Amino acid sequence: MVEKKDLIQITDVTWEIPTSYREDMRVPVRIFADEALIDAALGDKSFDQAVNTSTLPGLVSPVVVMPDVHQGYGFPIGGVAASRYPDGIISPGAIGYDINCGVRLLASGISFADVKRELTHLALALDANCPSGVGVGGSVRLTTKELDKVCRQGSAWALKNNYARRDDLERTEEQGQIHGADPSSISSRAKQRGKGQLGTLGAGNHFIEIDVVDEIFHEAAAEAMGLAEGLLTVQIHCGSRGFGHQICSDYVREFQSAVKRYGIKLPDRELVCAPLNSPEGKRYKAAMACAANYAFCNRQVLAHHVRRSFEQVLAGRVPDWDLHQVYDIAHNMGKTETHVVDGEKVRVCVHRKGATRAFGPGFEGLPEVYRPFGQPVLVPGSMGTASWVLLGTEESMTKSFGSSCHGAGRVMSRRQAKREIWGQDLREELEAQGIIIRAGSMPGLAEEAPKAYKDVDAVVEVVVRAGIAAKVARLRPVVVIKG
Amino acid sequence: MQPAFEEIEHTADWALRVRGDSLTDLFRNAAFGMLSLLGIESVPGNSESRYFELKAEDTETLLVSWLEELLFPLEVENAAVVDFQVEVLEKAQLKATIKLKKIASIKKEIKAVTFNELDIRTVESGYETIIVFDV
Repeated sequence: MVEKKDLIQITDVTWEIPTSYREDMRVPVRIFADEALIDAALGDKSFDQAVNTSTLPGLVSPVVVMPDVHQGYGFPIGGVAASRYPDGIISPGAIGYDINCGVRLLASGISFADVKRELTHLALALDANCPSGVGVGGSVRLTTKELDKVCRQGSAWALKNNYARRDDLERTEEQGQIHGADPSSISSRAKQRGKGQLGTLGAGNHFIEIDVVDEIFHEAAAEAMGLAEGLLTVQIHCGSRGFGHQICSDYVREFQSAVKRYGIKLPDRELVCAPLNSPEGKRYKAAMACAANYAFCNRQVLAHHVRRSFEQVLAGRVPDWDLHQVYDIAHNMGKTETHVVDGEKVRVCVHRKGATRAFGPGFEGLPEVYRPFGQPVLVPGSMGTASWVLLGTEESMTKSFGSSCHGAGRVMSRRQAKREIWGQDLREELEAQGIIIRAGSMPGLAEEAPKAYKDVDAVVEVVVRAGIAAKVARLRPVVVIKG
Repeated sequence: MQPAFEEIEHTADWALRVRGDSLTDLFRNAAFGMLSLLGIESVPGNSESRYFELKAEDTETLLVSWLEELLFPLEVENAAVVDFQVEVLEKAQLKATIKLKKIASIKKEIKAVTFNELDIRTVESGYETIIVFDV
């Protein structure tokens, strides 16, 4: 396993594992972390998985590791790897089973002080209107034909079917629609799973959370986002559900033979991949786009139900109960982007798994209102702790392929969390802090305890000090809905 | 005696170490281990029997396919495997009969059976592997 002595410290928050660490490494690993976060990550196989990732063919230097890194399966969670066209690869396992898992932030003009007494009702309404939990179906039942449209159109399908506003799409990464989606690249099993799950939250670490804006760090950007201290916001964290899980499973299985055909040797079979321009690689990319569009649409339908819940509870009680979209970002995705490498513009597929895109000011894909500031980066914390709204920076383009962290990052296993934490006690503890909890399962709640995660504030300090993101606002949770 | 399956530490997901006297035993214990993680309660009444055969290009892929086959009815049919018989054959093939019942409640969700660290090894007592589930 990688040990601390194997790391070279470059700055107070930048470390490197050189290619000399292991013979099969093709590029070095660059880690953004302070010393405490390095020590935490050395407690599992995060860095070994980053080293394994660095052996993939066609990578552009380096593999980047975020401060919220933790052990995943094959590729570490909190990892970024860019592979060069045309000889680079695409790896389904390096994007993850929950394709386009991501976060949406809605904001309001509703003062926390004005609705404090309504929060319990809001929690009940959100729980009732937003299907969550294991095996729970959605409010939208799709035919195969409609599912194919969701695959191609993403959030645009939601707009046509009255689940979205035009503004929502403009404030969604890629406008909520990845081009090149091809439903014929998807198995019938994936389609069977996808038909009944649109507009569902799922379980595990997915959540809907009402937060209060606690502190503003960048007035102009916060104003552009409609964020002000003391106002309510809502975060939605989920992905492509069983539809995306099945697509990834299908391709990880299929690529087991593809790596043999292309003579690719791997240290872990979960890292299976295919050349970007191969028939297999192109087909996976088209399938991944379907799942990504499904996930954008899923969060959009949930946002619709959140708005409905706010209207049910707050209409007539506050002058304006509307929720506008701040942004929606993916943190499990493979994206075709152009980056400058050694002074040369290079077209790459950036694999971000548990990492978000964090493009700097001027990026054309951003809505005009955000273009002077950079891309909003949404960093949810753990149930009892802060969440952060950040901005991408120019420096992130040169240091991390325009990427930043995606959350707090687990530090304790689910097994240990269940052993040490009793769900009901945790719920009472959080409620004593003024956080209302609605959870499908108490052991599930225990697994997601704040103690099981790293300190999100420390994670954010690292990305800010490293120059790959800038602070806009800190959010404080007041209602948490978990599946 | 070593347990047929045991949960091992993993920061974010679930990992099992599974053992078996034979490949069939290993596949059986892997299924028991996975199903025990899900915490399923089924509704009383008759079960539905289903027979299938699987083949794969190697034994590890066959193991993943077998476990995926047991997970698939959960979401699509709201049904869980309550009993099964499996026999691993030569050349990475198996035949199985599973019994399904409708789900009354289920505690956990498994997103996927992964190939991470999956490596079926011959050991003194038979076979052993680690299986990591994305949850």
